[in-house]
This record gives sequence, C-alpha cells and structure tokens, in this order.
Amino acid sequence: MDKIKSLSRKTIAIRKRLLQMIYEAHGGHTGGSLSSVDILVALYFEVLNVDPNDPENKDRDRFILSKGHSVESYYCVLAEAGFFPEELLNTYGKIKSPLAGHPVNKVPGIELNSGSLGHGLSVGVGMALAARMDKRDSWVYVLMGDGEQAEGSVMEAAMSAGNYGLDRLVAIIDRNRLQISGDTEKIMKLDSLADRYHNLGWQVKEIDGNNMEELLKTFHSMPLKKDHPSLIIANTTKGKGVTFIENRAKWHHRVPTREEINQAMEELDKQLFENGPDE
Amino acid sequence: MDRMNKIPCRRIFTDILLELARGDRDIIVVTTDARGSVTLTEFARQLPDQFIELGIAEQNAIGVSAGLSASGKKVFVCGPACFYSSRNVEQTKIDMAYSGNAVKIIGVSGGVSYGALGSSHHSLNDLAVMRTIPGMTVILPSDNHQTALMTRALVNYEHPVYVRMGRAPVPDVYAYDNTVFQIGKANILMDGRDITIIAAGETVFHALEAGRILKERAIQSRVIDMHTIKPLDEHVVIKAAEETGRIITVEEHHVAGGLGSAVAEVVVRNKPVPVKILGFPDEFVVHGRPLELFEHYGLIGKSIADAALKLIQA
Repeated sequence: MDKIKSLSRKTIAIRKRLLQMIYEAHGGHTGGSLSSVDILVALYFEVLNVDPNDPENKDRDRFILSKGHSVESYYCVLAEAGFFPEELLNTYGKIKSPLAGHPVNKVPGIELNSGSLGHGLSVGVGMALAARMDKRDSWVYVLMGDGEQAEGSVMEAAMSAGNYGLDRLVAIIDRNRLQISGDTEKIMKLDSLADRYHNLGWQVKEIDGNNMEELLKTFHSMPLKKDHPSLIIANTTKGKGVTFIENRAKWHHRVPTREEINQAMEELDKQLFENGPDE
Repeated sequence: MDRMNKIPCRRIFTDILLELARGDRDIIVVTTDARGSVTLTEFARQLPDQFIELGIAEQNAIGVSAGLSASGKKVFVCGPACFYSSRNVEQTKIDMAYSGNAVKIIGVSGGVSYGALGSSHHSLNDLAVMRTIPGMTVILPSDNHQTALMTRALVNYEHPVYVRMGRAPVPDVYAYDNTVFQIGKANILMDGRDITIIAAGETVFHALEAGRILKERAIQSRVIDMHTIKPLDEHVVIKAAEETGRIITVEEHHVAGGLGSAVAEVVVRNKPVPVKILGFPDEFVVHGRPLELFEHYGLIGKSIADAALKLIQA
C-alpha cells in the first residue's frame, strides 16, 4: 500500500530530524519522542481535521500532547505538516526560541501548554464537552504516556469522560513500558490499564503503536462504541528505530554523542533505502 | 452604611450569573459536588445544559474548565475557596494561566468563613498562592453590591481570575446606587491625611469601623477598599504613602504573602513609609466562629483603630 509506504517514509525522516534536533540542542527526550512518532504521523497526516493555514478554525479537531516531554517528535511533525517553517526547528534549545522544551501553545498548532503529567485528559474532556454543546463535529485526541497513568488526575479525567459518554474523545497511551527510572511494571504496575478504563465506561483497544497500518485502521474505526470514550493502548518500543536506543531506560533523556548520532543516522538511512523511494 | 444583609455574596453572584447566562449560552458553570455550598441549585435546575457537575475532583474541574475555555466558553468554576486554592494549584498555573485560558475560579466560604470546621476548611494562604501565578487576577468583593458589579464585569474579562468570597451575609459597604467597580481600581471610602487603612473583602467593613472610631478621636484616616489584589492599584498605594505617611493593611489571610505583602512591595519600591500588616499569624488558627476569630486576632474595628493609633504615635 503506497500510503503506508509514504507515511512510513515520513516517520523515518522525522526520527532523523528529531535526533538531529536533540543532538544540536544538547538536550531532549529521546526515547519517548522516538516511540510516539508513528502515532503522531498517523494523526497529523491521515486523521486530524486541522489546517496549518487556519490553525484556530473553530471546527478543527483538537490534539493534546499530554506527555509533553516527547516534544521533539511533536515539533518535527508540526513543521512537516506546515504549521511553522522547518527552519524554526534549528532554534530548539537556543535562548528565546519559541520552541520550549515542553509544548507551548503560542506555537501554531499547539493547543495546550503541557509538561507536567496528568493534565491533558482533563482539558480534552473540556474540549469534547464544548464541542458537544456547540454541536460541532470536532474530535479530541489526547496522547498520554504510560508512566503518566500513575497520576491520580488522569483517573479523575477518565471518570468524567466515561460519565459523560464522550464518544468524540480518543485517548492514546504510548505504552513503551519504560519510564525515567526503569520498567513501568517495577515502578507502578500498569497491566490492569485496559480494565481500569473499561470499568470507567471506556472502550479499549490494544494495538501495535509502531505499526502504521494498524494505527490507521484503528483511528478510522473511532469511536469504538457509540456514547463511550475510546482508549487506544498503543504498544510501542521506547527509542523505536535506533537499535542501541531501543528499550533502554537511560535513553529517556540521554543526548547522543557525535559517534552515536552518526550511527543512528546510518541506521535510519538504511531503513529509508529499504523502504524504497517516495512515489 | 452598616446595614446587615440577609443574602450572602455567593447568592448574589449566582443570581446575577443565572440572569446573564439565560441570555448567553456560552456562560458555563462547573462545580464539584458544591452546588449547595455555592447556591447553584437553581442555576442547575434552570440551565442544565450550561451546568457541569464533575464530582469531588478539583484538579479535573480546572482542567475541564480550561478545555471549555479554550473552546470559547465563558467558564465559572465554583466551590469552596479552601479546596480551589490548594488542590488544583498546578492546573491553575499550567492549564489556566500558562496556557492562557480565562477561566474564572469562584472560591466561596473563603478565609475563616467555615470557622469551627477547622483549618482544613480555611483558606488563609489563597491570596499568596494565586497572586504569585503570572497572569492571574485576584479579587475579593466586599459586599453584595460590589459582588453584583464584579460578576457582570467578569463574564467577558479575558484573563484567568481567582475570586474569594465569604459564606455568611455581610453588612453593606456600599449603597445600591453609589457602587462603582472596576477591576484593578481601588475605591477610596473615606478620605484623610493622618493614616491610610487598606482592606479587602470582609475586612473592609471593619476598616471603615476603625475609620469612624479614629474620627471620633480627631484622626482623619483614608480607608481604601482594595478589592483587586492583583493587578494591584499601585497608584492609589503610592499616593497614600506620599500623602498619609503610614499604612495599615487588614486582611482575612495570613500576614505572609497576601494584601499586606502586595502593598508593602509597592511601598518599598516607590515611597518607603511604615506599613503595619494585620492578618492571621503564621499558625493554624484556634477554633471559633468567624467573628470570634476576627476579634481574637485583632481584625475588628476597635483593634484596627488601636493599631493605627500605635503606628501614628510610633
């Protein structure tokens, strides 16, 4: 399928760009940015009704990056989608850059300032309630981390979404199984995630969150059930795309050395080559 | 001037808001199992589509309110001040102020309104918390007439706001037809050149009492209703420092970080003169009814007047 191939190509290019950004800025959240790239590309190039030329359009879909630390992939996807010039990415990490280390909604396309975990779902609930009041056909997508699920406020928000049957609200958990101190299951067990949400009135689907075909199929089948909010547990690989970064907790916010960046680029270039030329 | 009302400020607020919301579908009330405490039962009954109940979950309430506000709604999130100035501080900082969502928090039964219920239910550091968040506006109306005008002024006000009002009915400070209210502009209620007394919220009435007591002793005090703690009316403070040479502040708040601190910050930068800050000390207060607590901690007219005399004689 050409579409899948073309989107996969985008994900590789974005992985390269974000690694370059982190390398040049001497800082960033490498692992979680890499794991979320496929989800963001699927959303911004196939799912979300957003227009970079009219980013404030009232009827737009809303996307909230609740796991705000994965901002590098987000900035790269927004630039690729045309919300701001690609060159702006070069300012990342420099003083007075509009691109902060966590999302800031003064940047076109960004809805909410995030960075502290456990905020995004509540704001998404508010946006979904407003859309329903106004009878606007507008969807709200919230991307959370798996470590983030330990924040109690997430459960408050999930409870209210279930209570109000917000079927235009789609939450996605980037389930990469690692947080800053290590294995999520060793820090605070999460394997009951699906049940937790289900018990609060959500419909839950678990998928491979690094598989473009599965992502698109799932996003295009929303809501999972009428009158219920949908949760996609997207099983991903933290650090996806670069073998020596994958599944290593220390890469949560480690910055690649010159050698490492070269090695990573080589590996991603190889993936680009194998993916074949863009049509 | 000291007519006691039968209706508390929170009721005036909800009556006016209901009237305004009938003509403006974008006005939304959010609450957390506090419709009774805030006197919102009638609002919920008459305008159920503009009323959102979220259960006892203040963090979520502020996040949801921010999402509604970001989608063009005029949101009033209402509940006890003690909870709404503590539980959700980070949501207020990030989802409201930092993200630029002009949600209005209406904190009712503030200060020591809940009296003997104890310190879990008091909000005596709320002004300190809220005024140190960039972009917040902080307002304490002093009576029913001011509350009414404030409510109308807030609907289309484009900044995030924290309002604190009390629980019990309060005496009128203003008469119906002489009330003026502008956010950020203090009202001078009594003029004089010997000393200035600055108060806000329920202490304004007691400050006026102090003004009257002082007048009997031939001391002309300037009494200021500083209903907006932030942005503070710096002009009126500087003028008071220049023209009266000493200032007493009176607040239903700990002496750290509230009205007195805000006034002192302006005074030291512009015209250093002695400032005496009256409020609750840095301790969890004794148990008692609100007025008993005001008396115990020296926040009623006579105590304020005594403090003023001491400052004048110093």
